[in-house]
Amino acid sequence: MKRSKTMELGVGLFMLAGILGLVFLGLRVSGLTLQAPSDTFRLEASFANIGGLKPRARVTMAGVTVGRVADIELDREWYDARVVLELDESLEGQLSRDTTAAILTAGLLGEQYVGLTVGGDPETLSDGDAIRDTQSAVVLEELIQQFVSNMVSD
Amino acid sequence: MSDTPFVAVEGLHFARGDSEIFRGVEMTIPRGAITAIMGPSGTGKTTLLKLIGGQLTPDAGRVLIDGQDVHRQSRRALFAMRRRMGMLFQSGALFSDLSVFENVAFPLRVHTDLPEAMIRDLVLMKLEAVGLRGARALMPAELSGGMARRVALARAIALDPELILYDEPFVGQDPISMGVLVQLIKRLNQALGLTSIVVSHDIKETLTIADYVYVIADGEVMAHGTPAGLDVDQDPRVSQFVHGEPDGPVPFHYPATDFAADILGAGGAR
Amino acid sequence: MIQRIRRLGRAGCDLLEALGRAGVFLAQAGVGLPGREGWHLWLRQMHFVGVLSLAIVLVSGLFIGMVLALQGYTILVDFGAEEALGQMVALSLLRELAPVVAALLFAGRAGSALTAEIGLMKATEQLTSMEMIGVDPLRRVVAPRLWAGFVALPLLTVGFSVVGIYGGYLVGVDWLGVFEGSYWSNMQASVDFLDDIGNGMVKSLVFALVVTWIAVFQGYDLVPTSEGISRATTRTVVYSSLAVLGLDFVLTAVMFGGLA
Repeated sequence: MKRSKTMELGVGLFMLAGILGLVFLGLRVSGLTLQAPSDTFRLEASFANIGGLKPRARVTMAGVTVGRVADIELDREWYDARVVLELDESLEGQLSRDTTAAILTAGLLGEQYVGLTVGGDPETLSDGDAIRDTQSAVVLEELIQQFVSNMVSD
Repeated sequence: MSDTPFVAVEGLHFARGDSEIFRGVEMTIPRGAITAIMGPSGTGKTTLLKLIGGQLTPDAGRVLIDGQDVHRQSRRALFAMRRRMGMLFQSGALFSDLSVFENVAFPLRVHTDLPEAMIRDLVLMKLEAVGLRGARALMPAELSGGMARRVALARAIALDPELILYDEPFVGQDPISMGVLVQLIKRLNQALGLTSIVVSHDIKETLTIADYVYVIADGEVMAHGTPAGLDVDQDPRVSQFVHGEPDGPVPFHYPATDFAADILGAGGAR
Repeated sequence: MIQRIRRLGRAGCDLLEALGRAGVFLAQAGVGLPGREGWHLWLRQMHFVGVLSLAIVLVSGLFIGMVLALQGYTILVDFGAEEALGQMVALSLLRELAPVVAALLFAGRAGSALTAEIGLMKATEQLTSMEMIGVDPLRRVVAPRLWAGFVALPLLTVGFSVVGIYGGYLVGVDWLGVFEGSYWSNMQASVDFLDDIGNGMVKSLVFALVVTWIAVFQGYDLVPTSEGISRATTRTVVYSSLAVLGLDFVLTAVMFGGLA
């Protein structure tokens, strides 16, 4: 009977360690926070070109992460990209109506993310509204092409 | 009641691959007696037990135990039927991860809701019956072959079955443990009123305890009768087997071409 | 020619039949654990396949994490991107190496032992005698082992990842001098709980089922001789390894390859 007790203890510790390991992976490795994911609101923004932006990319304000890209789809009417942003609920009613959204790149070759900059309009954005003033991604090839054609025309 | 057969085997056919093992075996096994099934090695005696126990399904024919067809039962009913049977395997087949006590307690634990104290009493009673009450704490690996078989016997009778099947109980035993087993089988049969089927090719021991004997060879029942009757049987095949003569109608040699031709033929080819 | 085609056909039929038997076997054994007794049997098997496999899995995880950091660093440093070391170590472990390597180790350490154990029980007629006592060996012997393997391997995989990430940390941060903050923050920025950890766990669950299934089936279905047991044990390791690597490709294609 004693042997079975130590065995039970061993298995119990083993399973506990496994579950703690999973929690560790969640918190420390994937940076998951223990907040309920429901307290967000959504904004839309249309871009002429999103470059390499992917769903779940970060949305930042002044470098601070405030949300994620929830969805990206092609607008069939204007043929531009409609990006749905999921932002922290505490920002609802805080962002001015002329807030701009830009697609930025972390470093020279890093991942792309959306940066928001607030404007001065007293009216604010709420759930489901669209950001009008947007700035597309900088595509390296286009940049080089422009540079080269400028050189030629000079 | 005692004159109705407990087990009836009717027109049993069984083939494994291309070789036919049984071609119409007929047997009736009376209630409350020890019936021996004998025959040379390789005649499928163990297969016959497996057919009776419902582990194998015959190609034709049927096996009735107490009037019920073993092979027409659902899986659940078959397992229920097996609770009324005990089987002693050639190797003993004790569960190697359980102690002697737990091995004997195993059928009680799975099939009854008896309190622990009562299980303990029953197990010790059964172990006492086979003379191994003192070995209850040992593991199967620590037992000799004869002791393992006696523990297996205690386990087989743990649920007080009505039918016990013995598969070669005497094989590989020294004379003392052989004598012990012979005594045990006989005593248990009388004390508990069991129906026993003993499959064996140890003629001397088997004939001393059997009430009735079936001899099978070539897939059929070759002879049957009481031990005394078989002893004086005129059939040369029966007499060869019962008296243990090395050569006779059952040949000593595996079928082969002529010896002289084989030897000389091989030499000639070189 | 016709002979050859017929032989191929027969091989196909044999394969289908074996698969069918294995499927029926899984369905019958998977139905579960009866009551308190089943719980104890499961516990004992958890100890055997889980706790006793922990050492080999954790040590392997540590070394693999350390090697990843070492190899990754020499490549990343050429691009001046050594801060991405944490990201690289974590992603390769979580998505790929931890589920696969843990499953392969598990097949070698626990799977082969399961096959041999069940095979020996079959060879010594323990399974038959259990059946004659009126206990279904599928429920009593096979089911606890199947479920123990199914639960144990994902837990072992988690342990492998955790230890591997720490191994990478040891080499990368303590030895090679990657900045500690960027090791963790780059990792956190790029690892997604559902997409990376979750998919890795799904992989691990699939491998656990397949490896344990192959192991217990090979044990239950073998020819009960000593040669049969040794062959079945080898088959367990070979088949499980092939199944794990093959399934890994399929699962990776579905999860990360855009084949949804």
